[in-house]
Amino acid sequence: MTSKKEPIWIAREPTKCSGCRKCEIVCSLYHENRIWPEASRVRVFMLVPGADFPHLCAQCENYPCVEACPFKALSTSKKTGAVLVDAKKCTACGKCIDACPGKIPHLHPAKEQIVICDLCNGNPQCVKVCEEGGWNALTKVQRHGSAYKIHARTPDDISRDLAIKLYGEKAEELI
Amino acid sequence: MIPGYAGRFLEVNLSTRRFKESTFDDEILKEFIGGRGLASKILWDRLGSKWETIDPLGPENMLLLLTGPLTGFFPGGRICVSGKSPQSNGVVGSTVGGELGVELRCAGYDGIIVIGASEKPVYLFIKDSDVEIRDASRIWGKDAKQTVQMLNEECRKLLKKRYPRYGEFKEPAKVYIGPAGENKVRTAVVAAKWTHAAGYGGYGAVMGSKNLKAVVVKGTGPLPEVTDMKKVKRLIRAVDRNAYDNPLWRRWGTGAGGYTVGAKQSSEPVRNWQDEWHDETSFSVNQFENRVWVKGCWADFGCPTNCLKIAVVKSGPFKGAITDNPDYELQAYLGPNLGLFTPEENVYMASLIDDLCLCGIQTGNVLGFAAELFQRRILTKEDLDGIDLKWGNAKAFGELAKKIAYRQGIGDILAEGTYRAAVKIGKMKKKDLLQYAVTSKGIAIGAHGIRSQKDYPHIISYACGVQGGDHTSTTALPIDGSGSEVWEIFNDSGVYCNFNSFGLPRNFRFDFYKAVTGVELTRDDWGKNKAMRILHMQRTLLLLGGPDLRWNPKIHDDNPSRFYEPLPSGPYKGKATDKESVREDVQKYYAEAGWDENGVPKPETLKRFGLQKMDKSLEKMRQ
Repeated sequence: MTSKKEPIWIAREPTKCSGCRKCEIVCSLYHENRIWPEASRVRVFMLVPGADFPHLCAQCENYPCVEACPFKALSTSKKTGAVLVDAKKCTACGKCIDACPGKIPHLHPAKEQIVICDLCNGNPQCVKVCEEGGWNALTKVQRHGSAYKIHARTPDDISRDLAIKLYGEKAEELI
Repeated sequence: MIPGYAGRFLEVNLSTRRFKESTFDDEILKEFIGGRGLASKILWDRLGSKWETIDPLGPENMLLLLTGPLTGFFPGGRICVSGKSPQSNGVVGSTVGGELGVELRCAGYDGIIVIGASEKPVYLFIKDSDVEIRDASRIWGKDAKQTVQMLNEECRKLLKKRYPRYGEFKEPAKVYIGPAGENKVRTAVVAAKWTHAAGYGGYGAVMGSKNLKAVVVKGTGPLPEVTDMKKVKRLIRAVDRNAYDNPLWRRWGTGAGGYTVGAKQSSEPVRNWQDEWHDETSFSVNQFENRVWVKGCWADFGCPTNCLKIAVVKSGPFKGAITDNPDYELQAYLGPNLGLFTPEENVYMASLIDDLCLCGIQTGNVLGFAAELFQRRILTKEDLDGIDLKWGNAKAFGELAKKIAYRQGIGDILAEGTYRAAVKIGKMKKKDLLQYAVTSKGIAIGAHGIRSQKDYPHIISYACGVQGGDHTSTTALPIDGSGSEVWEIFNDSGVYCNFNSFGLPRNFRFDFYKAVTGVELTRDDWGKNKAMRILHMQRTLLLLGGPDLRWNPKIHDDNPSRFYEPLPSGPYKGKATDKESVREDVQKYYAEAGWDENGVPKPETLKRFGLQKMDKSLEKMRQ
């Protein structure tokens, strides 16, 4: 069991993702009290049918997004390790998106601010719903010294990998 | 405005390239909900008075893409496609899974009404309130997988260019047609996600007739406000838990049916329904799971069941074929119905049908029909341009499917669907071929037979259903009983996946509807009033039909003649449908529906439901 104080991480196993987007549903309900896929902090991409996967902040150990913010709107949570957005300071300039190796953050569709996974203060809703359904494409683990930044990859790169795994050499024509 | 609705509908005229936004009164939405119900209302009001003269494949027909208030909330997102059907010449509410309905509602629309026809191939691109008609000549002619790839690439590039600061855009949701729809094949589908299809009705041909290749939507808003979000959340969890209690259903989806429906129930089409029993364990779900499924769970928006799987053939002559499970209907129709009993052949056929955007059911039915004519030496190898259409010859069936999609040779006739092809080839060969056509009202019958009476359909399910052979909307007695079409009309009007309502209490859907909309709806009010009004409208338009075909209830409110032949083998060998019982039940059904003994809605019935407008049009059928 993860102790409450320790930083956590959401391990992702995209080949187990059904593409049901329940993670988007619970994330947006938790943060916005609406079902709002584009405002969800985790987004399921399906650039190639069948190769669905959840795309969310990897909490890189060097946090390039936090570094890149000209307005000091981003910080890291000591408790969880999440990137926190100060909505008052954020100008939605998009510098953090440029800095992210996976182009993971995106603008809130209705507010002038960036959207980044905040790990639900240590109790990620996406993980709960994914585990409850038995998919376990997202699971909560303790954060120690792993290389986390390798998981910050662009949707196109992840799609290509998954498509090749599923469809072999045919994948190139499908992407 | 009623909660749960986005509140606006988008109307597109492809002839004038104009758009407008429209709304419906609350009273209309309360009465018809959305999807299939609202489609019936729109078609009734706008096309009803000239229904018989409207060519389903002409610019005067409408293409409707409608959501319902439950779309996106009730787990398992779908959208309902409708219009005047080029198969039945009536109205079919044809739903397809996927994210289009959710994206559309997030863009602020409950539905799209397309009228007219474009001169050149186009697709519709909607990003919230920005709507544009874009050139599709580059994509025209492309198959499903190419179309999805090209639309994703083009539309994501466009979004990135227009909203450079937004970050990465997810793929917009879309429905599209393939070669079959472009060539106005009556068994063409409106497709999504490579393998999903609104099949019944033949609306792919309607899109093709309008030169409309695709509808692509990215909505960035939330789903509409609901009355009681706490309750909606609780009900979503109840749907989820109900699904989680059924692990094998989640693991296999309908893919177990390819073997069991034949072997255990004797209700699976085998060689154009000459049999309904087989015991080919080579076609069992563990063979599919072990040999071709590369992914055991695939789902549409919010769905806890993930009845879909991803199947890929990895070796042998069909290497590279990709599809979903296939689901039971495509297993049956592109398997045993063609004498094919291996996962690889079945995946090959389903993959090809997906790529061409043909309907697996309608096309599997017409392929089986052609093969039976070949078996009986009515169609020769010469008629088939050299194709050796023997049962079990997967490559031959694949070749013929391509000819259908491109309307080449005999394919041009078979592209009209089984019923029309039977009439045409019958004339050519001077034989009654309708005896081999397993259809109702121009729509091939779903893969659930009635002879053994071990499957769910009633003996008049297909004879009296307003959507002909549609196995997802079968009717029964009593008319508002548990097996009746009226409950499916609700699923198709609220627009969500009926699979996720299996096993839930009957009132559950109405509780869900109330939590979303705040509108009280009782079982009785739905079953006796609202659903019946929609049923009468669909029935009336089906009977008016035209212009190429009309249905005479005395002849056509009946089963295909094959269902009166005894089952030739299996545990229910010898069982057949009893014609006299069918006649009696049809009359009982008419009486319960308020239709006269000829099956025509009575004047007083129409009056009671406020549908007098069509009274005169039906007059000539009452004699």
